[in-house]
Amino acid sequence: MKVNVRVWRQSGPDAQGAFEDFSGVDVLPDMSFLEMLDVINVKLEASGSEPVCFDSDCREGICGSCGAVVNGEAHGPGTRSTLCQVHMRSFKDGDTITVEPFRAKAFPVIRDLMVDRSAFDKIIQAGGFITARTGSAPEANAAPIGKQVADEAFDAATCIGCGACVAACPNASAMLFVSAKVSHLGMLPQGQPQRLARVEDMVAAMDAAGFGACSNHGECEAACPKGISLKFIARLNQDLVQAAFTRRS
Amino acid sequence: MELQSRAPEGPIETSWMRHRQAIRLVNPANKRKYHVIVVGTGLAGASASATLAQLGYNVSAFCFQDSPRRAHSIAAQGGINAAKNYQNDGDSIYRLFYDTVKGGDFRARERNVYRLAQISVDIIDQCVAQGVPFAREYGGLLSNRSFGGALVSRTFYARGQTGQQLLIGAYQALSEQIALGKVKMHPRTELLDVVVVDGHAKGIITRDLVTGAIRRHVADAVVLATGGYGNVFYLSTNAKGCNVTATWRAYKRGAGFANPCFTQIHPTCIPVFGDHQSKLTLMSESLRNDGRVWVPKRVGDIRPANQIPEEERDYYLERMYPTFGNLVPRDVASRAAKRMCDEGHTVVNGGLGVFLDFREAIQRLGRKVVDDRYGNLFEMYERITGESPFETPMKIYPAIHYTMGGLWVDYNLMSTVNGLYVIGEANFSDHGANRLGASALMQGLADGYFVLPYTIGDYLATQKAGGASVDHAAFADAEREVKARIDRLVSTRGKTSADTFHREVGQLVWDKCGMARTREGLREAIAKIPEIRERFWRDVSVPGSGATTNQALERAGRVADFLEFAEVMCRDALEREESCGGHFREEYQTPDGEALRDDVAFAHSAVWAYDGPDRPAVRHTEQLQFDYVKPSQRSYK
Ligand SMILES: Cc1cc2nc3c(=O)[nH]c(=O)nc-3n(C[C@H](O)[C@H](O)[C@H](O)COP(=O)(O)OP(=O)(O)OC[C@H]3O[C@@H](n4cnc5c(N)ncnc54)[C@H](O)[C@@H]3O)c2cc1C
Ligand code: SF4
Ligand code: FES
Repeated sequence: MKVNVRVWRQSGPDAQGAFEDFSGVDVLPDMSFLEMLDVINVKLEASGSEPVCFDSDCREGICGSCGAVVNGEAHGPGTRSTLCQVHMRSFKDGDTITVEPFRAKAFPVIRDLMVDRSAFDKIIQAGGFITARTGSAPEANAAPIGKQVADEAFDAATCIGCGACVAACPNASAMLFVSAKVSHLGMLPQGQPQRLARVEDMVAAMDAAGFGACSNHGECEAACPKGISLKFIARLNQDLVQAAFTRRS
Repeated sequence: MELQSRAPEGPIETSWMRHRQAIRLVNPANKRKYHVIVVGTGLAGASASATLAQLGYNVSAFCFQDSPRRAHSIAAQGGINAAKNYQNDGDSIYRLFYDTVKGGDFRARERNVYRLAQISVDIIDQCVAQGVPFAREYGGLLSNRSFGGALVSRTFYARGQTGQQLLIGAYQALSEQIALGKVKMHPRTELLDVVVVDGHAKGIITRDLVTGAIRRHVADAVVLATGGYGNVFYLSTNAKGCNVTATWRAYKRGAGFANPCFTQIHPTCIPVFGDHQSKLTLMSESLRNDGRVWVPKRVGDIRPANQIPEEERDYYLERMYPTFGNLVPRDVASRAAKRMCDEGHTVVNGGLGVFLDFREAIQRLGRKVVDDRYGNLFEMYERITGESPFETPMKIYPAIHYTMGGLWVDYNLMSTVNGLYVIGEANFSDHGANRLGASALMQGLADGYFVLPYTIGDYLATQKAGGASVDHAAFADAEREVKARIDRLVSTRGKTSADTFHREVGQLVWDKCGMARTREGLREAIAKIPEIRERFWRDVSVPGSGATTNQALERAGRVADFLEFAEVMCRDALEREESCGGHFREEYQTPDGEALRDDVAFAHSAVWAYDGPDRPAVRHTEQLQFDYVKPSQRSYK
């Protein structure tokens, strides 16, 4: 089948960007979306033109490197999938496919579809960890953790840090990402000592990085490839209230 | 090349403890004066960086991804081994040691393996303390499963995303140290050379992948944690960015490269369909716990699986290996699949593949239990192939997955270059000729959390802190060479993308140096590779310049290194005239097709030394000694 692809091209962070059209791109239904971009790139390179720049690594939906807005949807059509796991069978012969970078103030474009998501790392550095010096750990089975708690913490821990939630949010808020980490660590007994400081520090780092506020649109949950639930945002807010209260008293 | 293992003599049970007592320590007040470069932020690099920083050293860490959290370790699915014996099924440190030496087909250093088994238990404690959400039982205790040919349940896991959860744990510990200012993180930065000053590794040359800037970094020691070279085959289960560049550059600066021909094929990957594929997807080995592997008995029978009656199916693993059945080690399972397909029993129309069938498991356990165990893997398979394993068996075929070979290291994890340490998959590791499932994560974290942070002190204690400078001529020379190479790549202006050359050399080594190797085939490959290399340098097209973000340039640089490395890998395979583990030479097999080792001539690691651009690499050996696990013919029957 053949598709027409409109890709955002931008040569650098401060450059003016524009769409470039690639018409009649030959694809097979079993190809992944990124393999379709590879096909375009091999041709571009062979003809001496610069390839479309995009991040990807694992191509298995787990590293969180890939991501673009395809036909208006972060990570493209279909639910609970990263862009590398979208296959061309999701499109029809003759379709026009528009590909743009994730757009958010806190995610400046580096080139074409590649954006700078280092703000996420800064949020984790602010408190997204449990302090446990190597070698100081107690025996692993010393503190059993009920399966229900463990499973729920796990659900939050599945976030891959891709940034689709930010790209999908009308306010470009990073609340879903932050809440996932706050919940993962905050639900586990090991995470209790730093729980309240963690939530405050991470939220402060999020605000400082230029992410917008959360106004409960819920677009993030719909775009999230790992199905991170909005309930974790509610959990974060509870912790935040408790932290403020604890500090005051 | 001097290959002193420095493994302590005496009883193996106490050798690591005695070694730690014997090696030099850096005075705690002096640690902050030392600076260590760690390249790579996978399990090995992230755990090492975090731990070194906790100890007080200053660390500069590097990775080519946009965040340290995205290292290839993130993709590991199945689990991590540890000799906790929580299941009370007879596991012990000795048994894990024994299984690893035997599984590696007697081509690993016993004392390193014993240490690995000892440390395995500490890793689990450490990860749980960090908040890694391992699977748990209803009572709240940690759960285990049996994995990849082990007769005990010693594998800890986190759904199908063990690598992700372990890496996030290490990444978080690293992040804490970054915030404290003890680690300076350089993401989107690629190592392009190692700088050796008067015989000691004192720095690296890097390229900033966003701005294209070439920079010199100096330190008191350099650690490479840059992962494996499986992508030399182009199609592999590795992430797209995995490369041999860092280890290959170090090799050209004097680090011996050990056993490059020891590569591992994973038996359960989604088969190749068509010729557009950019990578292959692994389906976790845990699937073999309940899935049954079969092919149609009749050659050329490509009816849909559900139309093939029970009596016309050949459950060949159960037939050939009644004791281990579907759980035989990876190399054995892979070769059996190849043999079935070579004999014409493939189940992929126009391609190669065998069935992995869950029908019996669904009947025995119920759909719910199967869904709990493998649901996410089934979903992944369906997303890629469009078929549900609940309805029809999976189709699988072996693919390149892991590389046991790597830079040679001594017991301290130091390479043949002073002050250059190598950890994780990048070193030639503890896995010998074949790695057991769930043991790479264990090795990476053992190296990073618990071995390197001690052993590097033994070297640093002999060095004056801050003794080297970026103004040394060795830095200028290395930088000049790096820039010249980039200039050459961007000025060739040929007509073929680097990816096209990568596919070509990948297909060649897969055919000739993949699952089964022959003298003739390897000779053919060795003759052909220089020809591809020559064409590459004449005809590669790298549009744009080196002074900006340029992914075509990144790819071309990596392919250029693969094109040199591939030749040494094939030479290693040619000169190892035996079959062992992942290295199967068709000339050396038993009458029933099993690998035939030659312990008299080849009970050694082969270590390749660079001898200048115009001379072939030189083969050295480190003799292996087996005092505890006596070499025997591996048998899984
Ligand atoms: C699909 C898959 C599933 C697996 N499942 C399992 C499993 O269940 N159990 C198990 O034990 N093992 C498993 N393995 C193997 C295991 O994941 C790896 O061997 C291990 O994670 C390697 O870790 P590492 O830290 O050595 O390297 P990696 O995680 O590969 O990290 C390499 C690091 O080096 C950096 N780097 C590389 N080159 C350069 C350069 N030139 N310049 C700068 N930085 C560079 C990268 O950015 C990265 O940070 C699996 C492997 C695959 C492919
Ligand atoms: S919450 Fe979901 S969408 Fe947001 S970064 Fe995590 S995985 Fe991506
Ligand atoms: S490339 Fe890793 S998630 Fe898509």
